[in-house]
Amino acid sequence: MCVGVCPFAAIKVVDKKAVIDLDKCTLCGACIEECKFDAIVLTKISPSGIDFSKKIEGHKDVWVFCEQKNAVIQSISYELLGKGRELADLLGVDLCGILLGEGMKDEAKKVIHRGANKVYYVDSPKLKHYQDEPYSKVLVRLIKEYRPEVVLCGATSIGRSLISRVAIGIHAGLTADCTGLDIDREKRLLLQTRPAFGGNIMATIVCPNHWPQMATVRHKVMKEAEVNNHHKGKVIERGFDEEVYSSRTKLLDIVEEIEETVNLTEADIVVSGGRGLQKAENFKLVEDLAKVIGGAVGASRASVDAGWKSYSHQVGQTGKTVCPKIYIACGISGQIQHLVGMQSSDIIVAINKDPHAPIFNVATYGIVGDLFEILPELTEQFKVALKK
Amino acid sequence: MNIIVCIKQVPDTTEVRIDPETNTLIRSGVQCIINPFDMYAIEEGLRLKDKFEARVTVITMGPPQAEEALREAISLGADEAILVSDRLFAGSDTWATSYTLSKAIQKIKDYSLVICGKQAIDGDTAQVGPGISAHLDIPQITYVKKIEEMCFNSTENGERSESRATHSRDSYIKAERMTEEGYEIIESPLPCLITVVKEINEPRLPSLKGKMKAKSAGIKKWEAKDLDVDPDLIGLNGSPTKVVKIFTPPPRKGGQILQGDPEEVSEKLVDLLKGEIP
Amino acid sequence: MDYLLTEEQIMIRDLARQIATEKIKPVAAKYDIEGIFPWDIVKVMGDSDLFGIYIEEKYGGTGGGVMELVLATEELSKACGGISLSLAATALGTFPIILFGTEEQKHKYLPDLARGKKLAAFALTEAGAGSDAAAVATTAEKKGDYYLLNGTKQWITNGGEAEVYTVVASVDRSKGARGAATFIVEKGTEGFEFGKKEDKMGIRASATSELIFSDCKIPKENLLGREGMGFIVAMKTFDQSRPGVAAQALGIAQGALDLTVQYVKERKQFGKSISSFQGVQFMLADMATEIEAARALIYATARMTDSGAKKISKESAMAKLFASDMAMKVTTDCVQLFGGYGYMRDYPIEKFMRDAKITQIYEGTNQIQRGVIASSLIKEKAA
Repeated sequence: MCVGVCPFAAIKVVDKKAVIDLDKCTLCGACIEECKFDAIVLTKISPSGIDFSKKIEGHKDVWVFCEQKNAVIQSISYELLGKGRELADLLGVDLCGILLGEGMKDEAKKVIHRGANKVYYVDSPKLKHYQDEPYSKVLVRLIKEYRPEVVLCGATSIGRSLISRVAIGIHAGLTADCTGLDIDREKRLLLQTRPAFGGNIMATIVCPNHWPQMATVRHKVMKEAEVNNHHKGKVIERGFDEEVYSSRTKLLDIVEEIEETVNLTEADIVVSGGRGLQKAENFKLVEDLAKVIGGAVGASRASVDAGWKSYSHQVGQTGKTVCPKIYIACGISGQIQHLVGMQSSDIIVAINKDPHAPIFNVATYGIVGDLFEILPELTEQFKVALKK
Repeated sequence: MNIIVCIKQVPDTTEVRIDPETNTLIRSGVQCIINPFDMYAIEEGLRLKDKFEARVTVITMGPPQAEEALREAISLGADEAILVSDRLFAGSDTWATSYTLSKAIQKIKDYSLVICGKQAIDGDTAQVGPGISAHLDIPQITYVKKIEEMCFNSTENGERSESRATHSRDSYIKAERMTEEGYEIIESPLPCLITVVKEINEPRLPSLKGKMKAKSAGIKKWEAKDLDVDPDLIGLNGSPTKVVKIFTPPPRKGGQILQGDPEEVSEKLVDLLKGEIP
Repeated sequence: MDYLLTEEQIMIRDLARQIATEKIKPVAAKYDIEGIFPWDIVKVMGDSDLFGIYIEEKYGGTGGGVMELVLATEELSKACGGISLSLAATALGTFPIILFGTEEQKHKYLPDLARGKKLAAFALTEAGAGSDAAAVATTAEKKGDYYLLNGTKQWITNGGEAEVYTVVASVDRSKGARGAATFIVEKGTEGFEFGKKEDKMGIRASATSELIFSDCKIPKENLLGREGMGFIVAMKTFDQSRPGVAAQALGIAQGALDLTVQYVKERKQFGKSISSFQGVQFMLADMATEIEAARALIYATARMTDSGAKKISKESAMAKLFASDMAMKVTTDCVQLFGGYGYMRDYPIEKFMRDAKITQIYEGTNQIQRGVIASSLIKEKAA
């Protein structure tokens, strides 16, 4: 029923009719799908509704912002290039990479080898390390000059800070954390699908009247483009006035903090512990298993709050989102705020003594039992199996 | 020194569940709370207030009930609260929201620092903070996990320049910006906008005296007509992004429950997984 | 049940509940096992103005009374009956000042206590003077401008941690009960030391210690009321504080019941949830009813006390007696409903039973409470 679906408690049923409190309604449209009687209609304030008639004039090509750190192109860029190629092919246009840095002209070729037809490369010592203002100013210039129709960027700490600022400068629509990107060929629009509401709702979004259409994608959501060293393309080097590279903020230092084990968000395997471990000392069971199978150690919010593990290990809504191949949840009940941080993992394994724990609803393989007996057994058996 | 903290009232998504039978949201009884990341923003503003004897103004764009969030902020110690609310703002995406908020901030005029939470837990975009700084054309530092130093000096003759606060050249903020590998140390002149992460502090609880003050506090209310906004750039109309479809994601299918004693289930699991492990 | 609380009372209750859930619950088990005094929680409560809810505004409080204290103590005790004592026992040690202090004494001590900057403790009990409080042997010898305190107090809650102590001592032993007086003694005064910190069955996150006075010099300005009033101060103090102890017991019982209802829903035996068995249901119903009856009695007593009623001994004794006996029975039954898990220290329920016991013993044993009620009844009839 619509009442139950509204995220903002805006619908009440009075005399068998649904009444929408317009003060609370945010026009999110969640109720429209739900209504079996098609009684709810979202009429736009503008009489013309969503105007799909505006033709895209002179905007062409799919762009991918290639993030680099320490002159190395980050894997997120290759994931975006993979998807970008698909989109460009559907639109029948070129795929272009955007690379900013210093002394990276050779690196730029790697972007071509991943499927790009062109790479726009801007070189300056001031662009060596990411900073909000120089990067956004350069990107705004490039976009205004070359007028791409789609721009993709990683949803990373760099990407999000950068592209939100750029979107303002060019008055473009930006959709964050897309899990799905597709093309509506008839309308020639990018269909951007993303989770909202902690992942409980999916929304498909378009930018019908503003170009470029911009979207960010999280790490590990898309598959990397394959390497093809024979693929041909052009590296186009561009330069701008020194003013464009200026920055009011100053980057004083870069500090790397080495995680004791594999970086959680990069890991292909994550073993997480929750309240079921009962004590800080018992995390060792999780750590032992992680070590044997080469995984990173994660923690539920409950165990971080209890002080068993530091916040850098927290997986979930207010922690990190991970998307590993294998996620093993030990003694974690699987409340929604945890699931949000790991439900897109390929294989989820749950070990919990409560057969009704919600985690079993999303687990590929579930074990109902005592983790104090199962974890050591699992660790031993993996040790043997992997040594073979 | 004046500090502005932008907050958002959101449904408590941690309380939201999917009904396994109908695959829809069970949202009954869900509370509205201050976006958790904004609690850290408010706390940081209050710490700066304690340290520098600054004034903290909390501002939110939302429906009339967002006033509750503002009162909660006052109970924590904020000095002033402004509700930016109008039917015309409904349906705003992040572009229109950051535009509207930036206009409200411009109306406040005198500020040294704008603090936002990293992202809101309902939209999860993290776009509004940087969007506001772009509209205001002020520098930004995102993902701040610690403010190392802050120096505030007003100009000698206290003259106001355009819509900026009176800052002398040596007013600055130095902060640690969290990255995937660790952090960066960034220095920025004031005025500046920062977005904060959970690592930055531990939010305080309200005090009774604060709650009582909040009950009777006056809240400024600004509508579209009170702000210098272009009607084509606000609300649903002013939003470049449009939602065309909302659907509940196909439920992730639960898989199989492995049966047996610890030795047996472990054997089964190892068998199933060993091929996936490098 | 809707007890028609005022807006301010609801605010206090909700704030105490928030602190209980967010701050106390995560550490309750650890502080209990290790016997840690909850200074971090004291700070949170102090910053939230919770320490001033029974103190007048002009002394830095928020102007409430016993009812507010009861509401807060109940909520905090649901999470931990030991941690809540840092507030409840401070109130006990502060009431003598509120009831019998001069303006100077109130202005000197109440503001810090209202902010939670300092804790208080009430010191009456001695090795030889428990229920027989009049047998107090700690002496206070008048020496012109000051008194010299000598003796040992036993089992003082907040002992060692509190800064402000209200101590009952005998000025003239020949006068028996009428020879006692109550003094304010500050931690750090020369001749005032702390003895053993007790290792208790329950409420282990609270501190219970010996106070040792050897020629402890107390300025005469620290006398509360007059010489000879010592026991009147004590009795009037207990009248005010008994609803608080009752509230502690109530909170412990409610906290235990809440956990138990959750557990019986989840626990399955014979193919179904044990909550579907009538035997279990009857137990739950009885517990819930007793708890509500206690709550109604405590709230009524608290309100009556705050209204300024003169004769409240009987009712406050009833509230304390009923609530603590109820809490012991309820927590015992809760452990029973948890079955084997109820006996294991790894599970949280046994702590509630251990914590409940003291409420039947301190601040006047339940046997003394019965005596108070009976003599009240008999006096009324005689009149």
